Amino acid sequence: MSFNPEGVTRRSFLGMVGAVAGAAAMYSAMSTMGFASQSNWRGRLNLQGAPDNTNILILGAGLAGMTAAFELRNAGYNVKLLEYRDKAGGRCWTLRGGDSYTELGGFTQHIDFAEGNYLNPGPWRIPSDHFAVLDYCKRFGVKLEPFIQVNYNAYLHDSEAFDGQPQRFKEVATDFRGHVAELLAKVVDQQGLDEAVSVEDAEKLVAALKRYGALNDNLDYVTGSESSTFRGWSHPEGGGVDGKPEPSQVNSLSEILNSTLWRNLTTGDNLHMQSTIFQPVGGMDMIAKGFEEQVGELITYNAKVTRIHHEGDQVTASWISADSGSNEQTETADYCICTIPFSVLSQIDHDFSPRMSKIIDSMPYASAFKAGIEFKRRFWEEDEHIYGGISYTNLPITLISYPPYNMFSDGPGVLLAAYPWGAYAYQFNALSPEERIDKVMEYGSQIHPQYYDEFKTGASVAWHRVPWTLGCYGLWQDREADYQDATAMDGRTLMAGEHISYLPAWMEGAVLSALDAVERLHTTITEI
Amino acid sequence: MKMLFTSMAALFLTIPAIAQETSIDTTTWFDNPSTLTQTDGASIYAGVCAGCHMPNGQGAKGAGEYPALANNPSLMATAYPISLVIHGHKAMPPLGGLLDDEQVASVVNFIRTNFGNNYTDNEARAELVKNMR
Ligand SMILES: Cc1cc2nc3c(=O)[nH]c(=O)nc-3n(C[C@H](O)[C@H](O)[C@H](O)COP(=O)(O)OP(=O)(O)OC[C@H]3O[C@@H](n4cnc5c(N)ncnc54)[C@H](O)[C@@H]3O)c2cc1C
Ligand code: HEC
Repeated sequence: MSFNPEGVTRRSFLGMVGAVAGAAAMYSAMSTMGFASQSNWRGRLNLQGAPDNTNILILGAGLAGMTAAFELRNAGYNVKLLEYRDKAGGRCWTLRGGDSYTELGGFTQHIDFAEGNYLNPGPWRIPSDHFAVLDYCKRFGVKLEPFIQVNYNAYLHDSEAFDGQPQRFKEVATDFRGHVAELLAKVVDQQGLDEAVSVEDAEKLVAALKRYGALNDNLDYVTGSESSTFRGWSHPEGGGVDGKPEPSQVNSLSEILNSTLWRNLTTGDNLHMQSTIFQPVGGMDMIAKGFEEQVGELITYNAKVTRIHHEGDQVTASWISADSGSNEQTETADYCICTIPFSVLSQIDHDFSPRMSKIIDSMPYASAFKAGIEFKRRFWEEDEHIYGGISYTNLPITLISYPPYNMFSDGPGVLLAAYPWGAYAYQFNALSPEERIDKVMEYGSQIHPQYYDEFKTGASVAWHRVPWTLGCYGLWQDREADYQDATAMDGRTLMAGEHISYLPAWMEGAVLSALDAVERLHTTITEI
Repeated sequence: MKMLFTSMAALFLTIPAIAQETSIDTTTWFDNPSTLTQTDGASIYAGVCAGCHMPNGQGAKGAGEYPALANNPSLMATAYPISLVIHGHKAMPPLGGLLDDEQVASVVNFIRTNFGNNYTDNEARAELVKNMR
């Protein structure tokens, strides 16, 4: 490292820390995208005493719709759901071998994954503080297993740094921490922070930083056994004649700062990514199936709602079959819970208030893209010793996630081979399914050269082409101004779904919004 | 014999033409995580608008839908497509952050003069786009 403590004044040092901290804070604000509040789940509902013959109509059988149906049915209401698709779950969805999926534009993919393999095109991880979703999983017997967010042996990759070679997370993490600890330890050791840190604290801080940063006795972060204990050895520890390890070469702070690699060091520290987090065994739609077992008999499938109108104290939804082949039918009820995404609802004929209409009309849905590629063998495990976890890259695929299930098995495995947002996602959306896989292969092979030799099959979901959401999740244009009004009863209808929550793009948000709608509806009805 | 030869030649000619239609040149794509880097109208259309309005502007329909831009009389007034692209409306997201003034003008000129539309008057210019932001 080129850092010379004598040459750095306290002011320039603090400025440097500030610059690093500022950039990191900025990035973490970007990467959390405002998804940082904990669930406000207050425990199971136990609604009682629904008046006889009270009919509730629920539009959309995603998690919000099915949560509402389950709770209201249990309370004694007559509940019916109308769902556009031939299955329940909405965005809580899994693609497996034998499935076919036709996106808008008529592009059809026949999924050819091996038995037991799958792609979760939407939700893929459940934080441990998403209490409502976890509780329904427990109640409905949906088996959960750990989802691996952080894997120290996965890669951080920047095509412009380290000659485009992917670096192991443990190396970058240890180097970054070591260099920052060294800088601070040396400043403290020379009483450089005398105003901020008392003499007694300074001693402890130096000891702590030495341990934290894997520094040597001179407080240097350098190539040696201290750093290699964390970042790995160039010749690994072993047994017998050849057992003595050789330290690995540390990277300079400058090299790491000038790459983009530091950006993903703290992703796993985000409130909703902190270990332990979960996924259902066998695919995310096991949650949808758990709900469907409870309320499936209340659902009319293939029913495309085309009109919602209120008359007196009744609300009526008109619908046609999803293939537009049938005549219009109607369903009338005393109240309605509408979970149709606002993107789609904005295109449906309705008589909601001007205020509600304006809010519905001002919510476009975000772009997102996911591709799953199945390879003939789990080369990331066999060749690179990567078991679950996520590699991050500056390439348009953004990340590669390794399956945290069936580890060490022979035969094919499916990687989540791309998951970009923003401009990259828009462009993947604009390609045909075949062209997307070609692009994903081109980028992914820069990280794993085995890609082309081991390719078996691929599948992708471009969220703006999903026929029943027109996007990934609802984007508020002015949440501060509009949110409360969107939660209000409009005629006889309450809105629910992911978009009516401060946990957007999380299943927990969808479920909590439904629980809140159900409670308020029940209160309204029983207090009349 | 001659007949057969010409029909075979026709066959050989049409195959690459079809193949070309399905494989888009993406060399100017994927260059920036937050903005589009394509500059000509056709590439901008193919790189972002086609995701929803479809490669030939034909639109699409499911539970929700994307309107066709092909043969669309709404494109007559230049300001209308400019405004939609910058500010969005309903399920169409505002794309003014992805595209700069020149790019918006290029793509608007492209849709107004392709897919069966022939509005060559009142070309969109970056100036106008800038004023409408
Ligand atoms: C790419 C991606 C990644 C995600 N990652 C995660 C994650 O890791 N963890 C997590 O917890 N959450 C994640 N989410 C968010 C989660 O999927 C959603 O918040 C949740 O599933 C939304 O449920 P919902 O019931 O509000 O809406 P939906 O599931 O969209 O349900 C709405 C239903 O309405 C139906 N419908 C639409 N139009 C009509 C109509 N006209 N007539 C009748 N029915 C209609 C639809 O078919 C659908 O079934 C992710 C989402 C995406 C897209
Ligand atoms: C995420 C999907 C999406 C993308 C990407 C998109 N649009 Fe749209 N577009 C829509 C939707 C939805 C509508 C209908 C809006 C409404 O209901 O008012 C629409 C409407 C339009 C209209 C008005 C059509 C009419 O008949 O009134 C124009 C013009 C248009 N878009 C142009 C574009 C252009 C140009 C691009 C690329 C720069 C683009 N769109 C990208 C979804 C999209």
